[in-house]
Amino acid sequence: MNSPAVRGVRSFASRPIDRAPGLITTALTGACAFLLILMFGVVLVDVLRHGLSVLSWEFLSQPPREGMTKGGILPAIVGTTLLTLLMTVMTVPAGVLTAIYLCEYSPRDSRLAYVVRLCVKNLAGVPSIVYGLFGVGFFVSALGSGLDGALFGGHTTYGKGCLVWASGTLAILTLPVVVVATEEALLAVPREMRDASLALGATKLQTIVRVVLPRALPGILTGAILAIGRGAGEVAPILFTGAAYYLPELPTHMNDPFMNLGYHVYVLATQSPNMDQTRPLLYGTVLVLLVISFAMDLTAFVVRSRMRAKA
Amino acid sequence: MASPNRHASFTLSTPGCGTLRAMAAAASFQRGESDVLRTRELTVAYGEKVAVKDVSLDIHDREVIALIGPSGCGKSTFLRTLNRMNDTVDGVRVTGTVELLGHDIYAKDVDPVLVRRHVGMVFQRPNPLAKSIFDNVAYGLRVAGMRDKKVLAQRVEDALTSAALFAEVKDRLHESALSLSGGQQQRLCVARALACEPSVLLMDEPASALDPISTEKMEELVVGLAKRLCIVIVTHSMNQALRVASRTAFFYLGELVEVGPTKELFESPQQERTTSYVTGRFG
Repeated sequence: MNSPAVRGVRSFASRPIDRAPGLITTALTGACAFLLILMFGVVLVDVLRHGLSVLSWEFLSQPPREGMTKGGILPAIVGTTLLTLLMTVMTVPAGVLTAIYLCEYSPRDSRLAYVVRLCVKNLAGVPSIVYGLFGVGFFVSALGSGLDGALFGGHTTYGKGCLVWASGTLAILTLPVVVVATEEALLAVPREMRDASLALGATKLQTIVRVVLPRALPGILTGAILAIGRGAGEVAPILFTGAAYYLPELPTHMNDPFMNLGYHVYVLATQSPNMDQTRPLLYGTVLVLLVISFAMDLTAFVVRSRMRAKA
Repeated sequence: MASPNRHASFTLSTPGCGTLRAMAAAASFQRGESDVLRTRELTVAYGEKVAVKDVSLDIHDREVIALIGPSGCGKSTFLRTLNRMNDTVDGVRVTGTVELLGHDIYAKDVDPVLVRRHVGMVFQRPNPLAKSIFDNVAYGLRVAGMRDKKVLAQRVEDALTSAALFAEVKDRLHESALSLSGGQQQRLCVARALACEPSVLLMDEPASALDPISTEKMEELVVGLAKRLCIVIVTHSMNQALRVASRTAFFYLGELVEVGPTKELFESPQQERTTSYVTGRFG
């Protein structure tokens, strides 16, 4: 009689006890993931429910009135926009140039590059309120007062919190984001492309400008937009460096103080004489702030996928 | 027979060198002289590791010379010293001399960028730039300062024709070069190098990433181009050397063991090590 070569198996069916660990893991991880959605949903629904009804042309185009219980948030929108723009103009070139040095010019075992990278990592970990204090100490007191003494005969012109110093403080805060994103984008450009360019008689600078940077652009732009999104929502760094509690006029000069959406939220939520009356405006302001942040992230996402598809 | 000389005026030094063929810096390369490249006691080291040892080799005008040898024998490194591409690698030391058209390209005042404008290079894997076909071929001319659109268009067409690619791409010159097949991409890389009208074309295993049909086309191209310029080709395939090269140089452990007419080198090598290699005892 032929015995089978393969050992017999009683059953391939699993018992409940075998399935339990898998089920528990699935449930646990799933629940945590769901919690995330829930949190986001709660925030979104709450803000939309209370905020949408406040949104109106008047809200977006008027300064606050009557102890911030009426009117709109135009100065805060304009202030935030100018602040972010100025910050971008400062941080993106500085960050991109730093990354180009790190990635293209510094020798491989460069001490300097090591120190720069270390600084970038540490900068990214500094709490934002510390940047605010640094901004007051460095920009307002040292640089601003110095300028006043040297150029304005001691008359306080730049020696106070204002647009340019707040932007500078935010620029330093967001610098690591730009440097890291740009460096990654540059590293992702294949060496073969650099070789091709160099072998055709291009200089290093021509290679960077004509081959490497265009190729790295999507990554650089993504980094820039993420930095802008981060900068637009930060409050702590601008608390002491230029944000104003209440200022119906729009800023027109670099040394004007300004209103800011994030700071306005804080003011409406905690500093208002009449909480109940300012609450709807608070929701409206939060909604505008959220919309701006999401729009930034969405732009970053679209830019990235567009450019990827093209390359 | 005195052939018309393509290398009439020539300089590699830095000052004021904007144009491709800079004005007459008394070139020591004489009409009728046949060595385009000449290396003397060339040694290349990466840190402690010596990759090329004391290589003296003359490369003649309008010849195809194949460099063969087992992996890591220094043939690619040697090739990359001929257009100073090794300068882009950290920690490389080069001693000895390389003369291109009579100029020592490792002399102090030489700008490697200008050397590379006279020496074309094709790499192991096709490496088109992420630009259009036209812009790829025009790249070398543009970085050298050429702006005239008519001249550019003409030179691009000529180069693509020389690389046997024009017919295939003439209707899509402004499409991305990355849309081409591997074989086409590699011929584009040849065209791109030819557009700069180099005196030498260096090819580092140009067919190793290609399928057999593309390889055949590439080899035909190499043979055809040798009527116009000299080609130094690194290859892993001894058959390829036999098919394309008039002379072959055998490298082993960084040394140039033997160089001679390809057929002779394969059929009656003078050196024991060459015999072992060409008969397949190692490699």
